[in-house]
Amino acid sequence: MPVFEYAPAPESRAVVDIAPSYGLFIDGEFAEAGDGKVFKTLSPSSEEVLSEVAQAGVEDVDRAVKAARKAFETWSALPGSERAKYLFRIARIIQERSRELAVLESLDNGKPIRESRDADLPLVAAHFFYYAGWADKLAYAVRGRSPLNGTSGADPRPLGVAGQVIPWNFPLLMLAWKIAPALATGNTVVLKPAETTPLSALFFADICRQAGLPKGVVNIVTGDGSTGAELVAHPGIDKVAFTGSTEVGKAIARTVAGTRKKVTLELGGKAANIVFDDAPLDQAVEGIVGGIFFNQGHVCCAGSRLLVQESVQDELLDALKRRMSTLRVGDPLDKNTDIGAINSAEQLARIRALADAGEAEGAERWAPACELPSSGYWFAPTLFTGVTQAHRIAREEIFGPVLSVLTFRTPEEAVAKANNTPYGLSAGIWTEKGSRILWMANKLRAGVVWSNTFNKFDPASPFGGYKESGYGREGGRHGLEAYLDV
Amino acid sequence: MSDNRLSVLKTYKLFVGGKFPRSESGRVYEVTDAKGKWLANAPLASRKDARDAVVAARKAFGGWSGATAYNRGQILYRVAEMLEGRRDQFIHEVADAEGLSKSKATAQVDAAIDRWVWYAGWSDKTAQIAGSANPVAGPYFNLSSPEPTGVVALLAPQDSAFLGLVSVIAPAIVTGNTTVVVASEKSPLPALSLAEVLATSDLPGGVVNVLSGRTAEIAAPLAAHQDVNAIDLAGADPELATELEKAAAENLKRVLRPQPVDWTADPGTGRLLTFLETKTVWHPMGA
Repeated sequence: MPVFEYAPAPESRAVVDIAPSYGLFIDGEFAEAGDGKVFKTLSPSSEEVLSEVAQAGVEDVDRAVKAARKAFETWSALPGSERAKYLFRIARIIQERSRELAVLESLDNGKPIRESRDADLPLVAAHFFYYAGWADKLAYAVRGRSPLNGTSGADPRPLGVAGQVIPWNFPLLMLAWKIAPALATGNTVVLKPAETTPLSALFFADICRQAGLPKGVVNIVTGDGSTGAELVAHPGIDKVAFTGSTEVGKAIARTVAGTRKKVTLELGGKAANIVFDDAPLDQAVEGIVGGIFFNQGHVCCAGSRLLVQESVQDELLDALKRRMSTLRVGDPLDKNTDIGAINSAEQLARIRALADAGEAEGAERWAPACELPSSGYWFAPTLFTGVTQAHRIAREEIFGPVLSVLTFRTPEEAVAKANNTPYGLSAGIWTEKGSRILWMANKLRAGVVWSNTFNKFDPASPFGGYKESGYGREGGRHGLEAYLDV
Repeated sequence: MSDNRLSVLKTYKLFVGGKFPRSESGRVYEVTDAKGKWLANAPLASRKDARDAVVAARKAFGGWSGATAYNRGQILYRVAEMLEGRRDQFIHEVADAEGLSKSKATAQVDAAIDRWVWYAGWSDKTAQIAGSANPVAGPYFNLSSPEPTGVVALLAPQDSAFLGLVSVIAPAIVTGNTTVVVASEKSPLPALSLAEVLATSDLPGGVVNVLSGRTAEIAAPLAAHQDVNAIDLAGADPELATELEKAAAENLKRVLRPQPVDWTADPGTGRLLTFLETKTVWHPMGA
């Protein structure tokens, strides 16, 4: 059969207008950092400098927290139905500007436009819609709990100022996960986007302006880890929400110890994607590929450990390799691209180091033949077979397009291996047997269990981990609790 | 009791894995009543005892969390039944421990027995108030339900040796967690006697493990233990609580910070829901 090559189908960059420099968004105004410090944000697919962004220092964080505190008085006093209307406005504006935001996100993050357009942006808008509807229904959300000790009583109250620190893998989606429930419940926020992906948050500031959101309700402070640490430690905040690495999560848990700050942490994972011999293999292959190669594997709930029943190992791996050979790696703005650029040079180095450790420890490495662009940060989709539970690539979160394959014989063995990790964020089960799905889902120590599917998200669905994957849930009715005094 | 009969004193022991060991350290400390009169020598549990208790709690977790909610509720109710029969003993112990009049001690013990009954009824209801069916935008069945978080270390309140103790144990175990309880340092005897009731209430060994001794000494290894999933700091003073919370960050234990609690008031669902995880299961729908 003749092979028809894909012609490039690039999305236009003209739909987004990136300014050469951005300030911090505090109290409704853009302002330079107090000490004038800036840093650059790159496009990871070309290493081109996209813009220069202010590096917030101690005083800037303090100013932002004070602005949020001041705004809290009026924002929390608004009737829920009025707050809801602001959130509905934001949701609508996001929908209107979604093409622009998708291109921006792909440029700054390196993720394929197909994903930013079809996954990130629709979910971002959906989160604002979902939580908008809760704003005037909070008394129904947390039944029978009072502010003080959980007895039935007064309506739940907002906490105050939320300090929110988000990662670079889904910059705008993580912003939505954090800001939508916080505002719906009457809190005000100071949000720090990741150092490598600050731009969509700054565009969001403009959306707040368009929506007429009162000044100081949302404040954006850009910067590196030190800015995040300042924010988390600031005595003026009442709530810390963090998504990121387990290591930083632990540091945050230590920082807030002994304070009254409420904390939620969404941390790392090393999810098992478990395939039984009766699974629909073609569907399973799609689920495995989506599970680990979605967003270059920069996903905390990525299915990075494939546990396959020994009897179907060969068949499954053949199909998986065949499927992986069709993955297109390259320009994130090309609509045919499946796998974009690794977010940063630093992350690329980490992925390389762990993949090398996999080889050094005796696992067998495989990647399809694929040509990688000469500039930018790239890593081909990679598979390791012959992995044991002791290998680093089976224990440590790689946060890249690297899949470790382990085998099992009995359901009990699958459970034991799946749970053999300090993490507990997510898991996948592939089998046609309904009773086995329910049995497995019961035994797995993970906050999200996808059966015969993987990496599904929805604003109505709680998401979060067991064990060292952190505490608290985001999304759904459960996600409101983190921002209420209950 | 005739005046010239010498009474038989009780040797108080720890409760670990359903057994009643002395502290492995061989140490005891003097427990007195509110007026300073000697009551008994309580075991002074060591770090090793704390670790042994965690091992026992972990071992019990699979069976206890896997038991049906109905079964767990039955067992909590059984605890209330057994306590009712030993009500006088506990009134006496609570009166001694806290320096209460007989009527006040009676009120505490009655409230504690009723609390077991109250929590027994929660066993098969938490999933209904804390779980949810989630209407996601797609052809998926999506259900969230609560699950126990694992092994919970409970620092029992210092000021309420029995009612406070029961108020921290019952909500933690009714949902399927297993526990290591550090009794009130000054007044550990009601806790050690409660262990005798638990041992005869069909509660599987290891679900509740009771240690007595220096709270700070026993709490430190529990807060740092990698196989403890959560810690209730009710019995820690602010300084110790901060230190323990920092140690708990090491494996991201769920932490319930100390706060003023009126143990006689309606306990609400706060403690019940604190030691739960939410698991969400997705499954496609289609013909």
